[in-house]
Amino acid sequence: MKKILLMGNPNVGKSVIFSRLTGVSVIASNYPGTTVEFSKGSIGSGEKKTEVIDVPGTYSLDPTSPAEKVAVEMLNKAIKDKDSIVVNVIDATNLERNLNLALRLMKKKIPVIIALNLWDEAKHIGISIDVAKLQEILGITVIPTVAITGEGIKELVSRIGEAKQGAYEYENEERWHEIGNIIEKIQIIRHKHHTFAERLSDLTVHPWTGIPIAVGVMYVVFTIIRFIGEGLIGYVFEPIFENLWLPVMMAFSRVLGGQGIIHNILIGQLIEGEIDFGQSFGLLTTGLFVPIAAVLPYIIAFYLVLSFLEDSGYLPRLAVLLDKLMHSVGLHGMAIVPMMLGLGCNVPGALGTRVLETKRERFIAATLMAIAIPCMAQIAMIFGLIGKYGARGLFPVFGTLFIVWFVFGILMNLVIKGESPEIFTEIPPYRLPYFGALLKKVWMRIKWFLKEAIPFVLLGVFIVNLLYSLGIIKFLGRIAAPIITKLMGLPFEAVGVLIIGFLRKDLAVGMLVPLGLSLKQLIIASVVLTMYFPCVATFAILLKELGILDMIKAAVIMVVSAFLVGALLNLIL
Amino acid sequence: MAHIDLAQMDAGQSGKVITMHGGRGMTAKLEALGIRPGVVITKVSGQIMRGPVIVRVGNTQIAIGFGMARRVIVEI
Repeated sequence: MKKILLMGNPNVGKSVIFSRLTGVSVIASNYPGTTVEFSKGSIGSGEKKTEVIDVPGTYSLDPTSPAEKVAVEMLNKAIKDKDSIVVNVIDATNLERNLNLALRLMKKKIPVIIALNLWDEAKHIGISIDVAKLQEILGITVIPTVAITGEGIKELVSRIGEAKQGAYEYENEERWHEIGNIIEKIQIIRHKHHTFAERLSDLTVHPWTGIPIAVGVMYVVFTIIRFIGEGLIGYVFEPIFENLWLPVMMAFSRVLGGQGIIHNILIGQLIEGEIDFGQSFGLLTTGLFVPIAAVLPYIIAFYLVLSFLEDSGYLPRLAVLLDKLMHSVGLHGMAIVPMMLGLGCNVPGALGTRVLETKRERFIAATLMAIAIPCMAQIAMIFGLIGKYGARGLFPVFGTLFIVWFVFGILMNLVIKGESPEIFTEIPPYRLPYFGALLKKVWMRIKWFLKEAIPFVLLGVFIVNLLYSLGIIKFLGRIAAPIITKLMGLPFEAVGVLIIGFLRKDLAVGMLVPLGLSLKQLIIASVVLTMYFPCVATFAILLKELGILDMIKAAVIMVVSAFLVGALLNLIL
Repeated sequence: MAHIDLAQMDAGQSGKVITMHGGRGMTAKLEALGIRPGVVITKVSGQIMRGPVIVRVGNTQIAIGFGMARRVIVEI
């Protein structure tokens, strides 16, 4: 036995069992040729080392989504290689639906062992299951587990060798009937309590109570994210760069003679004789600083909170509440994930579009996010710049961006061919997340992010560096200057700000301060700066996610719409 | 015994699924989550302005897009 496949319906605690079984060397990756994510780890050591694969959750073996297709492919490969067993994780509170998959697995030529999970929850809501009888009927070992507390996991590990092919014979057409028969023999449902979690569940999906609760939750979420993100930047990452990395780079710069092609590529331009991590644009300076010190802290904060929302069960409820809104722009409720991630940093937002199933949805989501969603750092700078005017200044900025998101979404939904799939998702009961599994998931996601994003961000920095050195960016600026000054009513210096905005949008907003702009100009500049183009890091990721052709389309939409909206604001404000 | 679709049901109302109008893909999706002819389904709530419908089947709550909900017929 070389591999253990953890299979089961979504939301049955499969990932928690995965986290309990495996050690620290876990990775999340995409199944080749898809945007479906799965995790891999190992159990035991040396000769006995066995790979554990957390197969994407699936309800049946007739795939109805890309994730289910991957699950079936993984199973088929394992059957062909004859080196694996399946741990079928079953939700004891939803026996019928879960036995459907179990019976399908019985027909496959692969050893199976069942982990009957959520055993405590089943007991709590008055469901009792005769495990011995279930074992006897199916002809395979069934072990009750409570993954959250770790109950039954040791037994599962020690008896994993008992896995064998199921002996239950049935006709496929009669499957649901057979399941009904089995359940009649082994399950007794007694009085059912209406639990607090259920009452909370009803409140959070009912529109009149759910929307105010969602607003409250989002407020708390963003407060926590800012707190963690800014804390990590201010107390951990920036001091590391300024105090440890800067002296090394300055010494390296002197060795290279302070100029020349190699110096400019690796270190970048010296600003008043010093390296400026924000503006020097060398691979080893800005190229490392942007992904690590500016982006990573928000990624950590966002993934932590997102994982909590996911594991607690709030995320699908939020998706349901927002489904209608998302539908008008050709997406469905789950598109809240990239949009929310984008509010932290557009880079993970772009990567987050992978939760969407069709190419059309991913294009719309990525373009809308890049066009109308400012990242946290930029929002903070806009507040710093315009906050003193109160709602009179902030409302036009964020109101305009929301209208842009909505209007361009509707337009793209009309213009781009294809349908927007409807939401169809299980709403799992609220559960308190198991902290160990949560941290493991965050850790895997961060590793995944670093692997996926950093090479591309470096490439982006390198390209900008090149465009600068060749004078192409200055040339573009000269072309755009008349539009920016005449149509948008901004001073000539704003051109330079927009150029910096390509590198770091938050810094660019800060550069508006000394220009002495009027409120109207500040509003226009803030909106245009958000819309006209993604920052270099986001651009690089979008290029990778969308491909060159779609990226060009998205870029044209961004540039044109930014100029349109800027000119329009200049007319009506 | 009236036949109506999921979207027409009132919150809290229960009914028996009679049929699902849709392609193989749609019925397979619904079946995988336990919605198939003969099972009893309870509407938990609907969203305003033709948003998704939330139903309960056994111990599972499911959110179904409005268009799909219109195609699941129940007997009440």
